[in-house]
Amino acid sequence: MLTKRIVPCLDIKDGRTVKGVNFVDLRDAGDPVTLAKQYAELGADELVFLDITATKEKRRTLHDMVLKVAEQVNIPFTVGGGISSVEDVDDLLHCGADKVSINSAAVKRPELINELSAKFGSQCVVVAIDAKQIEGEWFVHLAGGSIPTNIKLFDWAKEVEQRGAGEILFTSMNHDGTKAGFANKALAKLSELVNIPIIASGGAGTMQHFADTFKEGKADAALAASVFHFGEIAIRDLKEVLKNQDIPVRL
Amino acid sequence: MDLKIIDYGAGNIKSIQFAFQRLGIDAILSSNPEDIISAEKVIFPGVGEASSAMKKLKDSGLDKVIPQLTQPVLGICLGMQLMCNHSEEGNTQGLGIFDVDVKKFKNDVKVPQMGWNVIKNLKSELFENINEGDYMYLVHSYYAEICPEAIATTDYKIEYASALQKENFYGVQFHPEKSGLIGEQLLKNFINL
Repeated sequence: MLTKRIVPCLDIKDGRTVKGVNFVDLRDAGDPVTLAKQYAELGADELVFLDITATKEKRRTLHDMVLKVAEQVNIPFTVGGGISSVEDVDDLLHCGADKVSINSAAVKRPELINELSAKFGSQCVVVAIDAKQIEGEWFVHLAGGSIPTNIKLFDWAKEVEQRGAGEILFTSMNHDGTKAGFANKALAKLSELVNIPIIASGGAGTMQHFADTFKEGKADAALAASVFHFGEIAIRDLKEVLKNQDIPVRL
Repeated sequence: MDLKIIDYGAGNIKSIQFAFQRLGIDAILSSNPEDIISAEKVIFPGVGEASSAMKKLKDSGLDKVIPQLTQPVLGICLGMQLMCNHSEEGNTQGLGIFDVDVKKFKNDVKVPQMGWNVIKNLKSELFENINEGDYMYLVHSYYAEICPEAIATTDYKIEYASALQKENFYGVQFHPEKSGLIGEQLLKNFINL
């Protein structure tokens, strides 16, 4: 049986992890490669690296990091942040990334999804959608959730699937950072609407939140950052809890 | 160990090279038929769409070379699918090494299947020190049907062949290079064949 995936997300700036990480005694917790290896050993199913480096000149640093991660880590990983062209993706895949995640660039130019899936295959194209619920309706937001659009979440999700996305990473801006649980109603609706895997993001606070997003939210994977980085939730313990609730996990 | 990875411009070969590097083995990319024929072991990778990958193989003449290889050959993911008779993806005629067809998953499951799933009914030295029910990482929309050449099966609503073997030819639908320690064990086993 296909298992539900637990996905730690690492924010990267200038080739280093941004937020402090204190769940293990690492000599260099700012080194993404050390951290990625550690997470792989602790039972993470996949990793996401989100590059928040502002300048184009620093892309080389990101490429070096991706190359090192690919060299040393034996589980799949996705790279996202600032990707806007076929060339960007070509570079990252050549460095050994398994998947790339595109967000604002896809909203600005949806054909990019078609181009990427035609050239590299749907399996490596993750479309990240940040959305906020305003008066009952979900709207897509850009630039890390700061710029609203009039695009409706469910219309956009359907469109990205039709254009060839292999997976959707959905972040609820209403839930992100709250530690009060994932946006399970919207997630369940997404899962019914499209036939590609959905990664739930935003709101993880407790182990039960993960169980809820797999059961009620019908998510295929759940992504979180701080609960893992600060040692609030250990991945093995989380998987035991999920298993006890009959949720299939890799242990 | 003279290990060659067939390079025909289809997919992310880097992770396979790195996986062997972690085992201390220098895997060399090659599109040269002579080098591939003389190698001790051969990896036939592949990611992407079947008909365009098959076209690239034909353009390079490698479609004639691969079926004649006599050393251990391991097809991975699309590589394995191209070693079968026929694929529904792009209505593609395969190399016909494995006597089985490749079909698309129905819409009663999420497509692609993406993530870690169990391998079972293991019957090959390729699975030495790997247990029934161990997990491998898979990403695919098409699958090989159950057949006599199946050496592992996996359930995704239906049961399908997740690994195949005929004589010196091996094929795996999963990505051993991305499947943690179990995947590493499989690559070691292939090297030790």
